[in-house]
Amino acid sequence: MDRYMGQALGWGNFAVFALSGIFMLLVSLFFVTYFIYFERKVLGWMQYRVGPNRTGPFGLLQTVADVLKLLIKEDTIPKRADRAMFILAPVIAYVPSFMVLAIIPYGENLYFLDLDAGLLYYVALAGISTIGIVLGGWASNNKYALLGGMRSGAQMISYEIPLIISVTGVVMISGSLNLRTIVAEQGDWFWQWNIVPQILGFLVFLVAAIAELNRTPFDLPEAESELIAGYMTEYSGFRFAFFMLAEYTYLYATAALTTVLFLGGWHPPAPFLDFIPGLVWFFLKFAAVVFFVFWLRATMPRIRSDQLMSLGWKWLLPLSLVNIFITAVVMEILR
Amino acid sequence: MIRTEELTLNVGPQHPSTHGVFRLIVKIDGEVITEATPVIGYLHRGTEKLAENLNYTQIIPYTDRMDYVSAMTGNYVVCHAVETALGLEIPERAQFLRLIVMELQRIASHMLWWGTYLLDIGALSPFLFAFRDREVILNLFNELCGARLTYNYMRVGGVKWDAPEGWIGKVRDFVKMMKTRLDDYHDLVSGNEIFLARIKGVGAYDAETAISYGLSGVNLRCTGVKWDLRKDQPYCIYDRFDFDVPVGKNGDCLDRYNLRLEEIRQSLRILEQAVEQFPEEGEIMGKAPRIIRPPEGEVYVAIESPRGELGCHLISRGKPEPYRLKFRRPSFVNLQILPKLLVGETMANLVAILGAVDIILGEVDA
Repeated sequence: MDRYMGQALGWGNFAVFALSGIFMLLVSLFFVTYFIYFERKVLGWMQYRVGPNRTGPFGLLQTVADVLKLLIKEDTIPKRADRAMFILAPVIAYVPSFMVLAIIPYGENLYFLDLDAGLLYYVALAGISTIGIVLGGWASNNKYALLGGMRSGAQMISYEIPLIISVTGVVMISGSLNLRTIVAEQGDWFWQWNIVPQILGFLVFLVAAIAELNRTPFDLPEAESELIAGYMTEYSGFRFAFFMLAEYTYLYATAALTTVLFLGGWHPPAPFLDFIPGLVWFFLKFAAVVFFVFWLRATMPRIRSDQLMSLGWKWLLPLSLVNIFITAVVMEILR
Repeated sequence: MIRTEELTLNVGPQHPSTHGVFRLIVKIDGEVITEATPVIGYLHRGTEKLAENLNYTQIIPYTDRMDYVSAMTGNYVVCHAVETALGLEIPERAQFLRLIVMELQRIASHMLWWGTYLLDIGALSPFLFAFRDREVILNLFNELCGARLTYNYMRVGGVKWDAPEGWIGKVRDFVKMMKTRLDDYHDLVSGNEIFLARIKGVGAYDAETAISYGLSGVNLRCTGVKWDLRKDQPYCIYDRFDFDVPVGKNGDCLDRYNLRLEEIRQSLRILEQAVEQFPEEGEIMGKAPRIIRPPEGEVYVAIESPRGELGCHLISRGKPEPYRLKFRRPSFVNLQILPKLLVGETMANLVAILGAVDIILGEVDA
């Protein structure tokens, strides 16, 4: 990809860019489809149910059928809604979630973009989705949607900060914002991964990331029992699907980022397990993170919005600052 | 200066956590509620008026539909009122069957509450666990009377159907299973930090307020008032069994949660004893007259339904139909305290408080 980046934009490399973009889109759509399937199966098993098992073999086509249903549904826009904003909001929410996928390195030589400011790029883009959600809530002209959108805005702002600060420790250790360098800096034994020296940072990151994802126990913006469906209340059909897609794409991105930053990316847990390709290891760790998030959903009740705020500002933020401080001190001593 | 204004939010009648068709008009300032006005009556069917043109056997199915998650207590209260007016003797076996189904019903009702309450709080799985275990009770009832929700099981003078062979054994198995399940419930939920943070100290009131609002059942006992009609005004054959009346201390949602789970345990104790003493043989219908004409006069009976004091006031003019039949519906009475509890709380607490009151809209609106 770097080779093409250096050249002038011609038809040839434009085609390469477009095709790789489409390829990435298909990959992410495939993953999102089977995330949802996986989530429903995991939830089902945890709740003494069987989950989807009718559409296709083992219910594998269930999500496909659901998406098709959403596509052929009537597209309703409330009369008093702000039409332009209402249409724009799902797009704003989705596009950044897809863009951040570009920088994830899946293997030593398997990546789309080798960006030196990779982590910064991720964090900067991920913040934009909030605008889409707040906009969607506001443009719907519905009180529940508005409340959901406001909650979401407040939540994302207060969790973005600890999220960024918690990864600073990793950046300090690796000395780079480039995600490939960060993975390369982590060793081949599992205790050489960043999760061990950065355990505090990892925990803060995990909590903040789940809050960013709006998932249980932090799923307040769409708290069904309080706010119907939060900012998505007035959305239907494909626009609704876009919001869902954005949410699951972020899950994909966050799980991948956790793997890269803390779990050693493509490294095997021990050097003698080298014969298994890095992509497999990456995928296993990635799947473990995704499973953890689904597991939480089956277990946890929802936290209250004021408790959410105090958790973010009074606990996570100071903890992540402490983490930076400890990292700096230890690095200075060890040098 | 930023101009701020209050938002009037219409919660219900089609809101997911109003448990039916309850409507609440709340004024909110940010997320804080400044005023709450409940609107009821969406499920009003005029049960009491309809009863004036029906004979007593025909009234019983209507009581199924009042508190539809605890239909057996509804059945019982109207039969009990008529039997008291007639001075009718109920056979032993029928008494036991009535008691067993009422206690099973209490467990089923509290389990349904447990599941839906946690759904309100945002936890998904407990709902499915509760429904799986409640299913056992519904199957037992199905075997007994052929219905899973609206049983129409009791009659003036006894019960309609005798227990089929092996039914008592199944109840015994259920009690054994449910004891371990109850521990599972506690393991799963009761110690969860998030859950405790959500409901501890929320929606608290003291005993004086509870009594002045006429609350009963768990909503009263959570403040520390030990008042359970099964103990204090024994009906049926409750005085023969050994059980405790758990009470709370703080009167908050957590106390109400703990009490309901503890009541399941006490009901299991009663069931255990009842199953042991269950008479082998015997009639299931007393000597009720063919056409039931209670003597002229008034009678008021009250029983402890899972939601509180379920009363039935019967005025008879000696005809086959009642002159007036009035039900004291605990959900309706318990709901009155809601506007007082909600002021100053946040939207998230709204569902926690409303859920903990445990209302059934069929009973509120009757």
